[in-house]
Amino acid sequence: MPASAVDELKFRDPARARALAEALDREVKAVGRAPIPLMHVCGSHEQAIARFGLRAVLPRELEVVMGPGCPVCITDTPEVDEAVALAAQGARVCTYGDMLRLPGTRRSLADAQAEGGKVEVVYSVAQAVELAERRPAEEVVFFASGFETTAVATAAVVLAGTPRNFSVLSAHKYVPAAMEVVAGMEETNIEGFIAAGHAATITGWGIFEPFARRTGTPVVVAGFEPLDVLAAILKCVELLRAGRAEVANCYPRCVTREGNRAAQEKLWRVFRVADGVWRGIAEVPRGNLELLPEWDHLNARRRFRIDTRLVGGAERNLLAERCLCGAIMSGLKTPKDCELFGRECRPESPVGACMVSSEGACKIWHTYGGLPDLRGVG
Amino acid sequence: MPGADRIGLKHGAGGRAMRALIEDVFLALATPVDGIGLSALDDGAALRVGDRWLVITTDSHVVHPIFFPGGDIGRLSVSGTVNDLAMMGATEPVGLTCAAIIEEGFPREDLERIRDSMLAASREAGAPIVTGDTKVMGRGEIDGIVLNTAGVAFADRVVSDAGLRAGDRIIVTGTVGDHGLAIMTRRHDLRLEGDLRSDVAPLNGLIRAALAAGGDEVVAMKDPTRGGVASVLHEMAGKARVGIVVEEQAVPVSPEVRAAGEVLGIDPLHVANEGKAVIGVRPGAADRVLAALRSHPLGRRAALVGSAISERPGSVILDTGLGRRLLAEIEGEPLPRIC
Repeated sequence: MPASAVDELKFRDPARARALAEALDREVKAVGRAPIPLMHVCGSHEQAIARFGLRAVLPRELEVVMGPGCPVCITDTPEVDEAVALAAQGARVCTYGDMLRLPGTRRSLADAQAEGGKVEVVYSVAQAVELAERRPAEEVVFFASGFETTAVATAAVVLAGTPRNFSVLSAHKYVPAAMEVVAGMEETNIEGFIAAGHAATITGWGIFEPFARRTGTPVVVAGFEPLDVLAAILKCVELLRAGRAEVANCYPRCVTREGNRAAQEKLWRVFRVADGVWRGIAEVPRGNLELLPEWDHLNARRRFRIDTRLVGGAERNLLAERCLCGAIMSGLKTPKDCELFGRECRPESPVGACMVSSEGACKIWHTYGGLPDLRGVG
Repeated sequence: MPGADRIGLKHGAGGRAMRALIEDVFLALATPVDGIGLSALDDGAALRVGDRWLVITTDSHVVHPIFFPGGDIGRLSVSGTVNDLAMMGATEPVGLTCAAIIEEGFPREDLERIRDSMLAASREAGAPIVTGDTKVMGRGEIDGIVLNTAGVAFADRVVSDAGLRAGDRIIVTGTVGDHGLAIMTRRHDLRLEGDLRSDVAPLNGLIRAALAAGGDEVVAMKDPTRGGVASVLHEMAGKARVGIVVEEQAVPVSPEVRAAGEVLGIDPLHVANEGKAVIGVRPGAADRVLAALRSHPLGRRAALVGSAISERPGSVILDTGLGRRLLAEIEGEPLPRIC
């Protein structure tokens, strides 16, 4: 058996899962109050929790909710409008598959494509560059989405040199802001955070220390196998019980305190953090990654006059107004609270962004059967 | 979606959408019969003739590619119909029909290869092809070839797919997901390592062995074709108003299928099989039926995978070994996740 298969089994071992769940139950009882709300901020964590049915083994006193952890979902309507407008203006817009059906004011990129716009799904930014090289007469715009992990890939391509007809429309987002924005909401009372392991491989876990100190909330960095997630939740409750607002690294096989210096260096040579609006949530300070001024020639927002009036409408979307994506991404509601979930809003006809992306809470819940309480059934 | 005014591909994919279409459109054709008719939405019909049952089924076959690892459309068309009969307890087919609709320009060599494959499968199943029909359509009016087969057989006892009650055990007769993933990786030209082969086979011999061992205690059978095991379990749970708990780790899955599913983001439980059955048995007969299945070449990897419960009627609960969740039915064709 290859080593990777052995690793996978190790992190999906039912006996270890049971031991962790029992320890978690003891720890939660020892805290002695309910509910204890914890938040993770990553679609891949939600995937692991939902796919393996982990909520069915969590103590009832514990609430684990997903926060704004899907970069596609928080890409705002005006950002989509910019991409749709660029396609309408004749540019070839390349983007990741999940972005295609993300609703703009009036149209998504999929709509733009159906109407004859040049919209291409790519699997990497490098593929978009290749497209630009093959079509020198066209303007090729890469509509870039994703957190730091993906932004590093964009940065690397930019630094390696790109053809003259290539530019970037950045919708990259910055992970540390996700926890800040939730912690700053008056309505939330999150007592501990589970941080995304893949983003932390880049930034390092040290980046969360000021946040933990300032907010008095423990932060635990976690990997993506089911046992990673359970172990991180346990660690988070332990820290909580001990009153230790610290950062713990439960993903040491990938994450260090400093992170990947080479990647960070590339990232900050191309991007800087900027304030921005996250869809359905709020104006998020330091939430976006924008290209540094020295890359203006590659920045689609500088390079083109993007006229979103062409694609934006004043008409109201009554269905979308009933969508709870914003509250769901803020951890205030769950998909179960949404009257559209599984009815008007389904993966093949999404109303809100969270049903579009495979990292979105609604899509994940829909895929894995929703969230009935299955503890004690059968 | 209810009320969609055009038929989409998902309406033929064996999941929720297809069931909704059939219920909305075709159910109006149902009339009362002495036995199991259209309204039961079973694998076939069973009509009382004297003191026996005449079991009838029909199935049209389209597959791309026509020739795939482990089989072809010919073997598929015979196996599919033989299996639909077998799932109702009719394991001795009296005869099959075969209608072929062929596109202008279709290679004769391929047609002969398909015929040979049908002949081989029909011999394997002991199911003679007794009549047929041939049509040719213009180029582009049909994609390659469509085969329709119908089958008739007698049965002394009909096994429906609605017979479960709480406490019954669920058996799967072998590894799941083989056919669908073999086709999918070939269709999308995904060059994955390993030997992904369709499991297409006539199952009447295997089912005969199960019925001989379990008798009346075999209470529900269905072959998990489109929509996979998940879809079958939903149907069984819904029709019998029971819940079903499935132990994910007990479901046999070949390493190749597991790996391909993981890479493509597709759950083998949602993928089509063409040589497997899901069987519900009374608890006392489970070991007997399982032993009988395992002693047959097509059932060596048969396994007990779950139980029917009285709670959560209509729901299928997946115990992952690490936790529990509902097993969703897929909406349409499972598509490989690309990233």
